[in-house]
Amino acid sequence: MTGRASYDGVVLAAPVTIPYVRYSIRGAHWFLSRALAGSLKRAGLKKEQIDGLCVSSFTLAPDSAVGLTQHLGLTVRWLDHIPMGGAAGVVAVRRAARAVQCGDADIVACIAGDTNQVDSFRLMNANFSQFARDAVYPLGSGGPNASFAFLTDYYMRTFGARREDFGKLCVAQRDNALKFPYALFKKKLTLDEYMDARPISDPIHLFDCVMPCAGAEGFLVMKRERAEDLGLPYASILGAIERHNAFPADPVQFRGGWAMDCGDLYAQAGIAPADVDFIETYDDYPVINVMQIEDLGFCKKGEGPDFVRRHSFTVDGTFPFNTSGGQLSVGQAGAAGGSLGMVEAIRQLTRENLAGAVPDAEIGLVSGFGMINYDRGLCTGAVILKAGRA
Amino acid sequence: MTEPIKRPKRKNPVLRTRLPTLPPGTRARVTLGLTEAAARGIFALQVCRDCGTVQYPPREACHNCLSDRLVWTPQDGRGELISETRIRHALELYFRERTPWRLGVVKLDVGPIVVVQVHGDIPPAPTRVRVQACLDKSDQAALFALPEKDTPHMAEDRQLREMTCDPKFRKVLVTDGKTQIGQAVVRALAEAGADLIWVGYAEPWKKFAGFDELEKIPQVTLVPLDLTDARSVKELSGEIGAKVDILINTAELHRAYGIGARYGTDVAKAEMEINYFGLLRLAQEFGPVMRSRGADGLNSAVAWVNLLSIFALSNYPQQGTFSASKAAAQSLAQCLRAEMRASGVRVINVYPGPVDDEWNQLILPPKLAPSALANAIVKALKDGVEDVYPGDVAQDWLARWRDNPKALERELAG
Amino acid sequence: MSNDILAKLVGALAAGRVRVVDLTQTLSPDFPPIVLPPELGQAWPFRIEEISRYDDRGSNSYWNNFSCSEHTGTHFDAPIHWISGRDLPNNSVDTVPVEQFVGPAAVIDCSKEAAADADFLLTVDFVKAWEKQHGKIPPRAWVLMRTDWSKRVTDPIAYQNLDETGQHTPGPDETVVRFLVEERDVIGFGTETIGTDAGQAFHLRPPYPAHYYMHGAGRCGLQCLTNLDQLPPQGAVVICPPLKIEQGSGSPLRVLALVPA
Repeated sequence: MTGRASYDGVVLAAPVTIPYVRYSIRGAHWFLSRALAGSLKRAGLKKEQIDGLCVSSFTLAPDSAVGLTQHLGLTVRWLDHIPMGGAAGVVAVRRAARAVQCGDADIVACIAGDTNQVDSFRLMNANFSQFARDAVYPLGSGGPNASFAFLTDYYMRTFGARREDFGKLCVAQRDNALKFPYALFKKKLTLDEYMDARPISDPIHLFDCVMPCAGAEGFLVMKRERAEDLGLPYASILGAIERHNAFPADPVQFRGGWAMDCGDLYAQAGIAPADVDFIETYDDYPVINVMQIEDLGFCKKGEGPDFVRRHSFTVDGTFPFNTSGGQLSVGQAGAAGGSLGMVEAIRQLTRENLAGAVPDAEIGLVSGFGMINYDRGLCTGAVILKAGRA
Repeated sequence: MTEPIKRPKRKNPVLRTRLPTLPPGTRARVTLGLTEAAARGIFALQVCRDCGTVQYPPREACHNCLSDRLVWTPQDGRGELISETRIRHALELYFRERTPWRLGVVKLDVGPIVVVQVHGDIPPAPTRVRVQACLDKSDQAALFALPEKDTPHMAEDRQLREMTCDPKFRKVLVTDGKTQIGQAVVRALAEAGADLIWVGYAEPWKKFAGFDELEKIPQVTLVPLDLTDARSVKELSGEIGAKVDILINTAELHRAYGIGARYGTDVAKAEMEINYFGLLRLAQEFGPVMRSRGADGLNSAVAWVNLLSIFALSNYPQQGTFSASKAAAQSLAQCLRAEMRASGVRVINVYPGPVDDEWNQLILPPKLAPSALANAIVKALKDGVEDVYPGDVAQDWLARWRDNPKALERELAG
Repeated sequence: MSNDILAKLVGALAAGRVRVVDLTQTLSPDFPPIVLPPELGQAWPFRIEEISRYDDRGSNSYWNNFSCSEHTGTHFDAPIHWISGRDLPNNSVDTVPVEQFVGPAAVIDCSKEAAADADFLLTVDFVKAWEKQHGKIPPRAWVLMRTDWSKRVTDPIAYQNLDETGQHTPGPDETVVRFLVEERDVIGFGTETIGTDAGQAFHLRPPYPAHYYMHGAGRCGLQCLTNLDQLPPQGAVVICPPLKIEQGSGSPLRVLALVPA
């Protein structure tokens, strides 16, 4: 017993992706509005039937979720804005699910998206957080590449991971992406190309980095009865965790908050890691993928490199992983990156795939990570979903 | 091993001069505590008065016990480099122009994790290092890890040299070579490897001891310069301004009067004319051209040094008008610092206690020897600090002023 | 007739039969000021700063502010300048009778002697020998000591001619000044150097006899003159009105000489 209430009766439905583009002259409001409209259309709902809204975006300023209600003509009785980057999708599910469970809202639209303009990335990084602005960025303005280089350097030395191990994951994700029409990367990636790529911030090289872009992801949270009434396929929530600023005494981040709550997650879901059919991790850099595999119970800490060497990660592999290609091959549309995995998982579990289908996918795990506030990602979270029809 | 820098080639006059860019310079107010100490060459961190936890990055409350009683305390910076990278793709223009740039993560022995720049002589992680706080080109504190023990040519590390104003191979203008201080500064610069030292002097018909010896120093070129004459300043700036990498304003008029001891404003005016208006004229004539050369290759314009006085902080009534003129100069120097900021040229203010010269004859020891003052100036250039308080009296005065300025005012009033 | 005497002068000037010679050094920041011990009050050198120069400080005009002491550059000394003249009536530049600003010039050439000895002192004997050649010094004259020292002005170090014992420039000795005042009733004494007294006059008795005796007798001084070599020993008329400064002790001025061609 975890002491946590179950998520029985709450489901996710109507996943939508607004195609990613490298640059756009449109604002974040446009991308978010398209995601909302997309989910509504898929669900056959009118805007007025949405009574809850959850928003994540880096480029919506000066607006937050509040501004969006008037901008889009929504009157809601539950509203949240989640500034947690790559963990926002998981956190949005946790927030919205409880609201729906308690009757504070009937249907919550969870949307995440960002625009991207020529200088957006630099501007976002220059003022990312107080600690980053004061104590990291002015030292080299390396952005997340430098921050993850520290993590990667430490992990490689401490646990014996090699670039080839990370490259294997990147190559597999690219293979998955080749079947996904919205992926920005359309060419196959070989391990040689990965290894020969130019260094960005040693030991991070070109294909370890995501491509910032514009786009949006969205889905709806509602009671199961509602989804059935609407004739929507859905995914149920078996378990969900989040943790922020875990292990502050670790000198360099080599594990995330999942390690603290992983037991609770599987206990709440009533399953074991072996029961998971596919996993969508938050993949801004390959090293974080390996950490998530370890911290979510698929192997012990430090055994990640060995696990990578022993498994295959395409949709038809031994460990289906980032099945539409992940951010590394699809692109990172700002805060939408935190919902990319969630939306892909819902598509897999509702059998409405846009990319390759994982055979007999019944249970999927979606993991989120985000917000390098200073020297480590503070936010972690994970959700276990189950296909809506037996 | 750090490669010693080679004397750069002559500048190609046909090529465009690279304009200055800066590392990001915004900091929260609480973070400026790091800068305040770094300006004086000190690496300080907040230490919680209630539980002793050392904090980094700077913050408003102890991350261990939530106390807000955090006190900035000097640190020795010893720790272990545990992770590192070489940035090859940077987001800001300043760093784009200077990649690869080596950064690392250090676990300090006193606890915190600090993200630092890493000296080229430091072996790969894991390894022991010393962290110090330097001022970067935006005049903000930047943490820099040095090898555990000094290495040969350590100061010539490419990244470290960006933080400092080392006179080696550079061209320096010393505005007044007639005084003992000026001459000592010239000698110290020659020893530090300056390529060319212009030495200004006014009133050529007045001979001063030691002046003729200056001409024997091979790097020295004597140039007429009278800070009370706008045309003199303008002409010299027109002639050599585009080559001056470091300007050291040693010119001062120093008398020992308060208000009542000397009737009339003429002495005070004469002090202001050189100590304050002289600085203003210099800044107007040399400032713009030095600003434009803030990123001009290996020997860019890099520093402007003002010889102030510890009397600038709190008036020393026995030299009351002199103190006031130095206070005026200090304020103007702050203005100059703000105006130079965008160019990366550092304004260094030096606040010596009484120097052992003729106008301080009646002041009891300890007094600062001109050579000690000169060495402090050269050290400040090499260390990359911006506020210098050389000598025991200056340090004592500074401590009293920081502790309770009103008490110092009373103590000086006798 | 006195009615047309000035008309004749004007005509003579126009016809070039009378020349106007400028005896004034250009007032510039380069002009060497008097050197005094640092503890004493200092006389300002000439300094000039623009108000505007057809620019955003004033688009249609060029003008300046300047500063200097009353005794900077070519300048006039009034009796009030010296302690010995402090109580005399009409002793400041604004009260000295204006007639004293126009007078015959007696130009005594000491240029060879000054070239040989920078500390050359003009003596009574030297003046008497000069009078034998050029005639007696007329009453109410300006006696000008020509040393050609003005030609050194392009080299301020040579012009000041200082060493560890002080300044070394020519001037009058103690007795010749008394002679000029008491025996020749001069209006004033003029030199090409900084100071009507010699550079080493501090060591004469009394110190600075030109100042002491001239001003003590209500007479005036002119210093830093130039072009004295363009004047005849006698026959020129000096015009030297100082600025009318209230209670002024002196002022920079334009000194002109009318010289028969």
